[in-house]
Order: sequence, then structure tokens, then C-alpha cells
Amino acid sequence: MDADSLLLSLELASGSGQGLSPDRRASLLTSLLLVKRDYRYSRVLFWGRILGLVADYYIAQGLSEDHLAPRKTLYSLNCMEWSLLPPATEEMMTQTSVVKGRFMGDPSHEYEYTELQKTNDGDKVFEEEIVIRIKEETRLVSIIDQIDKAVAIIPRGALFKSPFGPTHVNRTFEGLTLSEAKKLSSYFHFREPVDLKNKTLLEKADLDPSLDFMDSLEHDIPKGSWSIQMERGNALVVLRSLLWPGLTFYHAPGTKNCGYIYVGTGEKNMDLPFML
Amino acid sequence: MGDPPPDPEQPPPGSSQGSEPRRSGEAPFVQFSLPPEAPPAQLAAPRGSQEGPAGQGWAPGAGLGPDEEPGGSAEYLLSDAQRQAYLDEDGLEAELLEQLQQGRGSLLQQLEAAFQDPQPDAAGQFAYRREDQPFGEEAPHGPYASEDPSLQFSPSELGFLPFDMEVSEPEPRELAVQNAKAYLLQTSIRCDLSLYEHLVNMLTKILNQRPEDPLSILESLNRTTQLEWFHPKLDSLRDDPEMQPTYEMAERQKSLFVRGGGSAEGEQEMEEEVVDTAVPNVMESAFYFEQGGVGLSSDESFRLFLALRQLVEQQPIHTCRFWGKILGLKRSYLVAEVEFREGEEEVEEEEVEELTESGEVMDAHGEEEGEEDEDKVADVIPKPLWKPPPVIPKEESRSGTNKYLYFVCNEPGRPWTRLPHVTPSQIAQARKIKKFFTGYLDAPVISYPPFPGNEANYLRAQIARISSATHISPLGFYQFNEEEGDEEEEGGAGRDSFEENPDFEGIPVFELVDSMANWVHHMQHILPQGRCTWVNPLQKKEEEEELGEEEEKADEGMEEAEQEIGPPLLTPLSEDAEIMHMPPWTARLSCSLCPQYSVAIVRSNLWPGAYAFAVGKKFENVYIGWGHKYSPDNFNPMLPPPIQQEYPSGLEIMEMSDPTVEEEQALKAAQEQALAAAEEEEEDEEEDEDEDPED
Repeated sequence: MDADSLLLSLELASGSGQGLSPDRRASLLTSLLLVKRDYRYSRVLFWGRILGLVADYYIAQGLSEDHLAPRKTLYSLNCMEWSLLPPATEEMMTQTSVVKGRFMGDPSHEYEYTELQKTNDGDKVFEEEIVIRIKEETRLVSIIDQIDKAVAIIPRGALFKSPFGPTHVNRTFEGLTLSEAKKLSSYFHFREPVDLKNKTLLEKADLDPSLDFMDSLEHDIPKGSWSIQMERGNALVVLRSLLWPGLTFYHAPGTKNCGYIYVGTGEKNMDLPFML
Repeated sequence: MGDPPPDPEQPPPGSSQGSEPRRSGEAPFVQFSLPPEAPPAQLAAPRGSQEGPAGQGWAPGAGLGPDEEPGGSAEYLLSDAQRQAYLDEDGLEAELLEQLQQGRGSLLQQLEAAFQDPQPDAAGQFAYRREDQPFGEEAPHGPYASEDPSLQFSPSELGFLPFDMEVSEPEPRELAVQNAKAYLLQTSIRCDLSLYEHLVNMLTKILNQRPEDPLSILESLNRTTQLEWFHPKLDSLRDDPEMQPTYEMAERQKSLFVRGGGSAEGEQEMEEEVVDTAVPNVMESAFYFEQGGVGLSSDESFRLFLALRQLVEQQPIHTCRFWGKILGLKRSYLVAEVEFREGEEEVEEEEVEELTESGEVMDAHGEEEGEEDEDKVADVIPKPLWKPPPVIPKEESRSGTNKYLYFVCNEPGRPWTRLPHVTPSQIAQARKIKKFFTGYLDAPVISYPPFPGNEANYLRAQIARISSATHISPLGFYQFNEEEGDEEEEGGAGRDSFEENPDFEGIPVFELVDSMANWVHHMQHILPQGRCTWVNPLQKKEEEEELGEEEEKADEGMEEAEQEIGPPLLTPLSEDAEIMHMPPWTARLSCSLCPQYSVAIVRSNLWPGAYAFAVGKKFENVYIGWGHKYSPDNFNPMLPPPIQQEYPSGLEIMEMSDPTVEEEQALKAAQEQALAAAEEEEEDEEEDEDEDPED
């Protein structure tokens, strides 16, 4: 959610039950403004909160003019002092995929993972137990990246791609209509498109290249991993992800208010196919 | 469009009349008959000034003003239209802009009319030319004329001839302009909007709204303008069909805000405040939970409060509490935990009991039918040896898992529905499955092992599990009744009743956060059986006397069930089992910056979404979440049981494997051999016999 409209956004996203306490809200309003100034971001988003056992991480993201460019992620434990996180790499993802369980809340905490490695020593093969230590910060980075790639969404029309390449905020975006807001196809993944090239020519002919340049939610696997609901008596449409429980996207149809926030334990719901 | 503009000197009078109806059709083009408004006046200036250089000898005063009759105004417009061919693009647009502001479609018609049939129009205009139009003044022409403000012709002065006698053939430049404009005015068969018109719309919009940096949003503006043309706003008289459900919901919620009865509000308010009501102070709890970052927004909480008040008014409720919110796929549930007044709930109880009893009766029917079949069929159908496990009776209302009644609704304003009591089998099955709630109470729960009930039962079972696991209170808030009950009662019930401790002093927030021993569970733990108090299923069987003697014998063969014991009531949280080396509870101060005024917030790690706060003498529990337990391992559905033995192997029935092909062939070969051997013997015998008589 945009740091500029933080209070309203938190109010609209409160249907999922988790939000921020007043002191955190106040600190965020101040500190995000300073972050925007210091790092020269064009827009700062409050991404959400990852609940740890000892402490919670508050995550913010900074966007540059081109909204599809890789975002910078910052974290903080007290909503006042923000530290930049390194960008996620493939290696990090594979490394942290073995770690399970909750986040501790301490960024210097190390997870220990023992692995059996076979080493060849001439003719003999030794199996050694190697203890790999993975820092919680690395895990944080990769989880945030996974969540972003999987479930960060934006309504159709909120961004548009100019012919020169960069993606801009669409200033004439007036919000989705009520009927559009209830369809999954009006929402896109807020990331570089993966599936667009695989569409048939017939489908591509109907797309508008300046608006439809991202993947829509329609073809997400497993089907049904999004829950669309109307709250506040049809005045607010809320999408909740079932794959990463805790991600809430809200949008007031007919207005420009939209955004998403993740408040959760940072664990993927691997049981989703059983639960549907 | 190659026709040159007509020579006004040779109009056939007939054609002028022919053009009249069309012009009169255009006459209701009201704008020019209106008193000169600001826009026309403003644009009249540039138009007027543009007329100058392009006039080419037209008399400046020859135009008609808007005060003139409609026929004259049409002529004025037509004259504009005709002259447009001679104007540059700027003047063109200015005129069109003005005309656009006053109307759309007729503009096009008029333009097209102008271009399609210039001849008769010109003739008509010529015929309509008024005699009192001043001819004398010459239009100032030259490049400076467009900037000269003194050239503002007031409408009454303008009355110049549309065409000068001298104009005959347009120059090639004007012809090119005409051609270009005609091209822009083309409409395709698919849509009525020409590019010309669209550009006019867009530029009007930009000039009206004056956005910053319009070039960067040009494409979006383009799209929006097109959209607006094809999707105009609906009539203000008709309701927007899309907003219907929203308005309905708002109406329903409005009724919440209206207090019951229509008497004077002032007096009623005073009276009601004095009376104690069962409605909980939702706003206060919401405030404390908000300190910990949990809970719905404040207006939702208030609406919830009103909805609870409505519930209390409708049902005979003794105590009521907001239990929490369970999120579902299509809709969510708001759950209220209530206790009825004494003796009030028996009516509904019977209905529920009938439903469960009918289930049991069905089983009995099944058995009887089996016996009938047995008589009819000659062969004995082997009866399955599997006996369903004994049904564990559900707990009485107001005790154990059914201590409280639960009402659910989807949104404040919708009616509250009562959830049925939970049975132990439902709880046991609910432990084995993990399903999302859809939001509709009558939706079936399709799972393996099959859940005995629909979503309402599953919801109730999850509520029971969550309540027993996560309802906690500060140590000392509740105390046991002062009864001298022995703990070792039959079935190991233990003490299950408690009451509020009037001497509770409150535990300081720091201590609450430091140690989990300062919190206790005040809901009974649910045993694996599905009940809070253990019941020996075998004992119950003998009492029920539904089954025949065979069953009893079978029962005696079964082992005695072991008594299940759970932690007693009011055990501190420090005794809770860990989940994979993770403490099951996390406690925090709500605000680290002002610890003096903080609230202690405790969060469950086992049931994510369960929160409790405590400060001073107040505490409260709430659950907002999906309704599932946390498990670090993946969910593994229960495997189906092993395949049953169909027949007991015995003397009569014995199971053997079919002979293989080789065995059969070997058998066949052996048989043939035997046959052949037998034939040979016969033949030998016959030969012997034959031989004998021969001798």
C-alpha cells in the first residue's frame, strides 16, 4: 500500500483482522517519508509485516519511476530505522527452500541445516554431514521475493506502459467498475510477465499492449487460490491469497484506492490443494 | 467532394426551397438562438477575426447574429460551414470547439450536410440574404487581423454575406484542406465516431481539465475520451444496476442504527443506559486489540456492536461475547458466543436432536433390511465383519464443548443463524481434515475421511477446537467453586465449573508478558474422543439396548477402552506442549515506546489468528483467521483402511488362486493322455474280443 495513503489503506485492509497498532502507524508515517527522501524513491510502499516468534519484521518497498523495475526492499524491527535488504538471487532461493518453520524475529539468527554430501576421495566415497548455516536475513529476502512474484497484484489499468518502455502510474485510472472488480481477469501480477508469450494469437489480438502487459490472475495454479469477497456492503472488494495466507488486496471500486499488504507468518500454504 | 463551391449568383429558386426543410431541420439548432453566452462570445472573437483574412472579399457585416430567427441562424452556421473550407486548421478547430460545446451529433450532420450538398445551401443562403445587411464594410484581411481585438464583431453586427460574388474556384490549398478535413470526418461502418470528432472531444477535455504534463498521459486520455463517448453516464432517473446490492446492504445496515420503537429518543436513551444489557462492550475490546494491531476497523466494530445488540434483542440471551471472525472463500463469518437464559433453549434442542436420532434410526433400518434379504436369498450373503465404532454421545448443552451457543452471520445487518451443537465424532473428524470454509452454511464438506455434516457442523467443530485451545485468562481471574468435589469421579470428569474471582487484583502487564505461567486456560481441553469428559463407549452400549444379542457378544470380545485424560481446567500456559521446539504462545507488550500504558497481547502460534489481551482487571480473547491449525509439516490426508476380507476362509469357502495357463494346459495334456490311454486300452480289449471270435 502506498505510504502516502497509509491510514486509509490500513482501514480498508483491516477486514483480514491484522493491521497495525497506532504507535506503529504513527512511526511509519514519519519514517517512510524520510525513507522516500533519503533513498530518492518515487514511491514507497508499505509491504507488510512478517510475524516472528520474538519480534516482527516490518517491510517496506521503494519504487522508482519505472514500476516494473526491481524494487528495493527495506526492513525494520521498530518501524523507525530501516535497513536495505540485498536483492534476491537464485542461489538464495535454493538455499533457503530447505528451511521450514516460523521466522524467529532476529535478523542475525542462523538456521542450521545438515546435509549429507558425498565427496570423492580417490576411489572411496565419503559421506559427510555438512552443517549449512543460513541467516535469517537471507531467508527474509527470499520469502519476500517469492511472495512478490507469486501474489503481489495490481488492478488492470492502474499502470500503463508507454511506448518508450517504462511503466508509469496511470493518472487517469478511475478504478474498476463493480462488475469488473469481481472478475479475476481484471487483476494482474505485479511482476514481469511470464505467461504472456504463451497466449494464442487470437487472445493476444484482444489485448491492449499499453494496459495488458502483465499476467492476469485468471490462470493461476491451483485454480481457486484466490478468494474474492465484497466487504462493507459491496463498497470494497477484497482479494485474499490462499497460497500465501495473510496477503490481502483491497480495492474500492470506482475510486483509485487500491493496494495490498501481507501480514502473516511468511510460510507458504502447501496444503492448498487439500483444502479447496 | 470535388465540387467547387457554387456560384451564388445562379441559384435555382427551386433548390433553395428544397434545402429549406433540411435547414429547418437544423434550425432547432438552438445554440445560436440563445442569447449570446460567454463561450460563443469568446469564440465569436477568434471566429470573427478568422473570418477577416479568409473572407476574401465577404462583406463583414453580412453574417447574422444569434438573435436572429432560427432560419437565419442556420444560415449563419451554414455560412460558417462553408467558410471553413477556406479557413486554416486553427480557426476550424476553434469553431468546432465552440459548436461541440453546444452539441454533438447535429454538428456532424450539419457539417456533412454542408459538404454533401453545398450547392443548394449556398443558393438558399443567397436567397435568404437579408436586405438590411450592411454590405459596405470590408472585412479587414491580412495576417494581423486574427490578433486584432477590435475586430470583435458583436453578434448583432455580424451579418455578412456568406459568399462574395467574386469567389469562384478555391485555390489548391483550400482544396487540400477541404480534402484533409473530409478525410478526418470519415466514420467507419463500425462506429459513429470520426477521428475529427474524437480529437475535438479530447482537446476539449484537456483544455477544460488542464492536467499537468498532458503529453505523458496522452494515451490514457485518448482511451478515456473514447470510453466516455461510447459509454455515456446513465440517466439520472434510472438506478445504476451495478450498485443495487450495495444500496441494499446499506439499507439493511441502516436499520441497525435505528433504535427499536419510535418514541422520543431522549427519554428512551436515558432509561436504556441504566439497564444492564448482555451486549458486550465491543468498542472497548476493539480498542485494546487495536493497540496490539489486531482486529477490525473501528466502524466495522461499531456495526458489529449494533448487530450483537440486535441479536440480544431477538434471542433470550444471558451473556454474549464477540468470539471472532472466520474468513471464508466467498464470504466470512462473524461469530458470537452466547449463553441462553435458563430453560430457554429446549425448543430448538429437540429439532437438532431429531436430526441426529434420525441418523441412528437409519442404521437400524439398514440392519433389518439386511436380515430380510438374508431370508429371501437362498445363499447366505456373507455379512461384513466390520462394525461401525460405537457412537459416542454428544455432550449436554451447557457443558463441555457445548457450554456456549454460537450464532453466526456473514455481515452486520444480515440475520444471525444459530449453529448446532457439536458431536464428538464431528470433532474427531475435523481433526483429520483441513478445508477452507466457503461462507455458506449449507455447503457440503467433501473430504476424506467423510465429514459427518455440512459446513455448519464443520464450522462449529473448528470453533470448539479453537475455543478449547486458545481461550485464556490471567491467572486468578477465575477460580474454582468452593465445592468439595473429588477429582477422581467416575470417568475422571474433574472440576469443570468455575466462577469469577471477586478478589482478583490484576497482574501487572510486565509479568503477564514475561511468563506464560500467569495465564491459564479456562476452556476445557478436548480429549481425543471428542468430548471434554470421558465416556466409556462400551458402558453406554449396554445401556442402550438397541442391538441384538449378537452384538453384545461381539462387544464383550472387544477390549476395554482406556480412559482418556486431559489436562484439568485452569492449567497455566506454561504447561502447553511445544510445537517443534517452538513455544506455542508469543507474548508482547503492545507498545514498546510507552510501557506504562501498554497492554499485554498474547498470540497463539498453534492457531494463527488467536489473540488475547489483558490489562488491569480486563481481558478478552478473539480469533480472526481462516480457522485452521498451524502445522509445520505438510498435511497428510488419512490413508484409507486396509481392504477387508470378503470371506472367512473355512471349510465351505476356501479362497484359492486361479490356475495359471500352464497349469491348465498341463492338466489338459494329462487328461488327453489319460483319454488316449483309455482308448488304447479299449481298442486292445476290442481287438482281443475281435480276435477271440475269429479263433
